[in-house]
Amino acid sequence: MLTAALRKELLLQWRSRAQFMAVFVFGAAALLLFSFAVGPVAEMLRQFSAGFLWLGLLLSSTLTLAESFHAEMENRAMEGLLLLPANPRALYYGKAIANWLQLTLLGIALIPVMVVLYDAGTTRIPMLILVIALGTAGLSAPGTLYAAMTAQVRSKQTLLPLLLFPLIVPALLASVKATSLIILGDPMNQMRSWIVLLASFDAIYWSLCGLLFGNVVEE
Amino acid sequence: MHDDNNRFPRLPWILLGLGIIFLAIGSYIGLFVAPPEALMGQVQRIMYVHVPTAWNALLALTFAFVCAVIFLFKSDWKWDARMEAAIEVGVVLGFLLCCQGSIWAKPTWGVWWDWDPRLTTTAVLVFAFLGILALRKFVEDPGRRAIWSAVATIIASVDVPIVYYSVRWWNSLHQLQSSPSTVSRQFWLPLRMNAFGILFLMTAFIMLRARVASMRLAQELVPPPAVGERV
Repeated sequence: MLTAALRKELLLQWRSRAQFMAVFVFGAAALLLFSFAVGPVAEMLRQFSAGFLWLGLLLSSTLTLAESFHAEMENRAMEGLLLLPANPRALYYGKAIANWLQLTLLGIALIPVMVVLYDAGTTRIPMLILVIALGTAGLSAPGTLYAAMTAQVRSKQTLLPLLLFPLIVPALLASVKATSLIILGDPMNQMRSWIVLLASFDAIYWSLCGLLFGNVVEE
Repeated sequence: MHDDNNRFPRLPWILLGLGIIFLAIGSYIGLFVAPPEALMGQVQRIMYVHVPTAWNALLALTFAFVCAVIFLFKSDWKWDARMEAAIEVGVVLGFLLCCQGSIWAKPTWGVWWDWDPRLTTTAVLVFAFLGILALRKFVEDPGRRAIWSAVATIIASVDVPIVYYSVRWWNSLHQLQSSPSTVSRQFWLPLRMNAFGILFLMTAFIMLRARVASMRLAQELVPPPAVGERV
């Protein structure tokens, strides 16, 4: 059931890959703009590069997440899906995993932009990808749940970030810290604790949001 | 419709009166009778409202969380009304808490704002619950509104300890929490008086606000009059 739901989401995302490109360009443009906020001081840009990367990713993620229930809202497709003899939980996890994969991909695509613009090169690429995967997991679990709500109301573009941003403060904090430790070096060996924090945030919200999703979509 | 949120119509007004009296006496003692604190001097007197506000803000939002859980299990409208009331009062208290904290921080730390765990957590809390209030405004169907805001309340409440500990790892400066056991006896009386004063005020506001929410719900849930019927 879960694999069927996931396949449907991935197929949908593949068919709307122009959307992914647009979001990527948006994220890259945001990274470009952040450097104007600081000024052309290479050392400072490098210092803040992790924060900028995650802010860019966060802003782009609201676009991706807000769109993720677009297909279900047309022709009352959501009701059709709920009538299937399938657990709504499978629908949720299918969508959340698809969003997660897309955001991870987006994060990986933004790394070269960050490296070029902020001179924030690193050789620990697998570690960086791990942090991006864990951080975007923290964004997509509550993000998918809130998107299911806000997709059905007026002014969803405002409401989704309003609900999501305060919630993901711990995930954002840990991701930025971990990323900047990768880029700037980790003399105090703090990496582990931030990874643990991220992983526990993910574990809590992936289970809690899955539990509550049934309440949100059922009439 | 029988309204469970209006079972004691006089009680909130009594609590309101009691709260004002307690707060007035407590603040009087705090401002004029209690001695100034040795290190911080007069500035410290804001503690007599600041600390009780913090306790009661947390209490109101904890009550909102309890209401949300009960609503999801029992689907009883009165808990939705109580949750709305508790979130609103909690957000107001949280906002006041940030203001009082800033007023205290400027002369003590030299800055209006500091990225200390409790301060940051309070700010995050206020924004998270403001978002839920906004969600309630944007959803017209009362059933969905109730379920969604209960779900969002549970999710936001679970976040509070995580935010607290993550910010604590990130940065810390705030002094340890004040409680009657960490302050000397002379400061103890006004602190207690104000704590109960604000507790009574908060309870009264939540009761009155829940009553209003119940009345609004009753109006929304009433079936529309038949065509041609006089309203």
